[in-house]
Amino acid sequence: MRLYAFIAKRLLATIPVMGVVAVVVFLMLRLAPGDPAAVLAGDVASPEDVKRIRIALGLNQPIHTQFVIWIGRLFRGDLGTSIISNVPVTQMIQQRLEPTLALATTTILFAVVVAVPLGVLAAWWQGTWVDRAVMAFSVIGFSVPVFVLGYLYIFSFAINLRWLPVQGYVSVSQGLGPFLHRLILPTLTLSVLYIALIARITRASVLEVLGEDYIRTAQAKGVRNRRLLIRHALANAAVPIVTVIGLGIALLIGGVVVTESVFNLPGLGRLTVDAVLARDYPIIQGLILIFSGVYVLLNLVIDITYTLLDPRIRY
Amino acid sequence: MRIVASILLACLSLALVAEPVAAQTTLKVVMHSGLRVVDPVLTTAYITRNHGYMIYDTLFAQDETFKIQPQMVKSWSVSPDKLTYTFTLRDGLRWHDGQPVTSEDCIASITRWGSRDSMGQKLMDYTKELKPVDQKTFQLVLKSPYGLVLESLGKPSSNVPFMMPKRFAATPGDKGLTPADQIGSGPFKFVQAEFQPGIKALYVKNPDYQPRSEQASWASGGKVVRVDRVEWVNMPDHQTAVNALIAGEIDYMEAPPHDLYPVLEKAPGVKMQVINKLGSQGMLRFNHLHPPFSNPKIRQAVALAVNQEDYMKAWITNARYRRTCWAMFVCNTPLATDAGSDDLMRGNIEKAKALLKEAGYDGTTVVLMHPTDVYTIATYPLVTAQALRRIGMNVEVQAMDWQTLVGRRAKQEPVAQGGWNMFHTNWVAQDIMNPIANAGVNAKGAKGGWFGWPADPQIEDLRDQFARETDTAKQKKLAADIQKRAYEIHAYLPLGEYVVAVAYRDALVGVLDGPAPFLWNIEKKK
Repeated sequence: MRLYAFIAKRLLATIPVMGVVAVVVFLMLRLAPGDPAAVLAGDVASPEDVKRIRIALGLNQPIHTQFVIWIGRLFRGDLGTSIISNVPVTQMIQQRLEPTLALATTTILFAVVVAVPLGVLAAWWQGTWVDRAVMAFSVIGFSVPVFVLGYLYIFSFAINLRWLPVQGYVSVSQGLGPFLHRLILPTLTLSVLYIALIARITRASVLEVLGEDYIRTAQAKGVRNRRLLIRHALANAAVPIVTVIGLGIALLIGGVVVTESVFNLPGLGRLTVDAVLARDYPIIQGLILIFSGVYVLLNLVIDITYTLLDPRIRY
Repeated sequence: MRIVASILLACLSLALVAEPVAAQTTLKVVMHSGLRVVDPVLTTAYITRNHGYMIYDTLFAQDETFKIQPQMVKSWSVSPDKLTYTFTLRDGLRWHDGQPVTSEDCIASITRWGSRDSMGQKLMDYTKELKPVDQKTFQLVLKSPYGLVLESLGKPSSNVPFMMPKRFAATPGDKGLTPADQIGSGPFKFVQAEFQPGIKALYVKNPDYQPRSEQASWASGGKVVRVDRVEWVNMPDHQTAVNALIAGEIDYMEAPPHDLYPVLEKAPGVKMQVINKLGSQGMLRFNHLHPPFSNPKIRQAVALAVNQEDYMKAWITNARYRRTCWAMFVCNTPLATDAGSDDLMRGNIEKAKALLKEAGYDGTTVVLMHPTDVYTIATYPLVTAQALRRIGMNVEVQAMDWQTLVGRRAKQEPVAQGGWNMFHTNWVAQDIMNPIANAGVNAKGAKGGWFGWPADPQIEDLRDQFARETDTAKQKKLAADIQKRAYEIHAYLPLGEYVVAVAYRDALVGVLDGPAPFLWNIEKKK
């Protein structure tokens, strides 16, 4: 019951957080330079044309009036309509959600499948060439910019070998084969960073646990190495690893603009950048509200996961 | 480990399954940017103009010899007093929803376009009324003779007077049409369900379209569609688009950047073609309202100091794609002249220094807006800044994105209150080929002028004379006078001209030249 109360309390706490985000984002956008009416009118338009469009869009109204109109719509579940494309914001976000979720899922799954065993092995064979190789990979993974890796993969596997496509996204509804075919290179590119991060954290956490008395006791009792590593060491080292994975998912939802651009994936990251460049206020406001909601909920999920991994943690 | 290996193997097997081959012929195109605004009357953005050419048609269109040819119009006549134009539409014209195109539709379309476009507004100033005669015939009645009626209705670039059904054309020009309103009578139909703003736009062949019998020439002539579908895919990363073209994933790329031309020129199976031979013109624009450029001598000093050659060389290494040109109405066009350019923009530093001293320049800092995100403009401010520093001016180059610049250039306040002194841009040739369309020589000042706001009654008088003149030889003389005066007041400085090549797979045949990428006439060989 205490867990349910905790969840309810945390969910209620998201309301003021989202409220503050809404006000701050709205004000910051209005105070930032740029004018969506000028963007809409185009480069050749005259100042008078821009002025007329500004009036037609209601952008000449006082900021507080615009805010009240936006909040009123928000309470009705309406994120508004894009100033530039005249398409509802919810529809635009829906169009971009699938590629983002697909890339985030494949990246995080692949990264976890590769990084956790690597980290555990590096900890187990601390100081050996295995450890040094994993750490070297980790340093490279952190250091090489994503776009460099992306272009290298494209050059090798798409241009030279012609095994995989250069770019694009195919919805899973059009078949699992084409869907995965398009996601292999972006996933490999993006996951390198996450593999480096998760492997490093896993190694450090497992190393810490391996020094504990109960591990020595288990070894003394003759527990086999595999069981010792997975059941005793990894399970007890899982809390920081889960934290990093959770934060990684949050970052993947909106922060992979470069990967989306290099592989031409129509995700939320590109939508955000495009909206910022075009000063498309309703889209930016809608996206930031959704991103902040995702961050809050992911943190909640991570906190709940702690209780499953470590019975000592209670709320 | 075995489980992981099995999963990876399964994924790889699935990945190697080939995607189904579409039975229809699809042209996959990467345009210069993503389509976001779908209303070609609301915005002057070229991507929206290109979209307009896909789904709409025009009453008249310009051909490659700059002649205005009938397009939706079957026949037309002018009364002896040159005040009444009568237009009759071709038989069998239909909107994409099956309804016939009527004279009422065309009148509403011209009226809406005339509320937004600079040439359209001028035409409307001279128009007494637009009235239907019957279902397919309508009249444009002028208050006084106007020399640019057909040139206006056949205007090739933004805003193009596209014809649309009256129920959409009745929308005020400053209120945008939605994707659901995209119904034209052009060679392609817009597929609204597939539209993803900034990502993808899909067009299918309009089976009811009746092309003219003449050969296609620019936007005129027979718009014969030879593919079933055209898919516009937006790729924000140029390198990715080039890679996709080389790998055969796309068929056509509208605007590869010049620094990637060497890669494309060597790529097997890829062709390059300069479709708009007139190209684009660079522009340096002063803010005439505030010091130091409210002083004509200081503007002249800058005009003497800068050098056209430097601007184009700074970002286009291959001389085939750039040229110097002092004609404000574009080189190789009917109104091209170098009148008034004299020794300007040839890098005469010593003369510029002397003039600056004579002008009494007091060291006022020049704020130069530098859009770092538009590679075709990004080098201009740096070249200008260098020239200004060489003659002893204090320069502050302020880096920003293009949209910030677009918002800020509308400010008429002094620099201290968020204003500016100078910016640079480019113009597609077809947008500036005459003194009415060319916003740079608009000299109406702070009210009615284009950003920078030069004010000169003499130029405005000459522009009015040009608009009224129906004799082409006299028009040419007036255009030269306008240019001469525009150089005298340094309304703006042309920075030279450049052309852009489109790149496409060699399976494509029939790629047309034109002021915009026209996608009819193209055949995709198997």
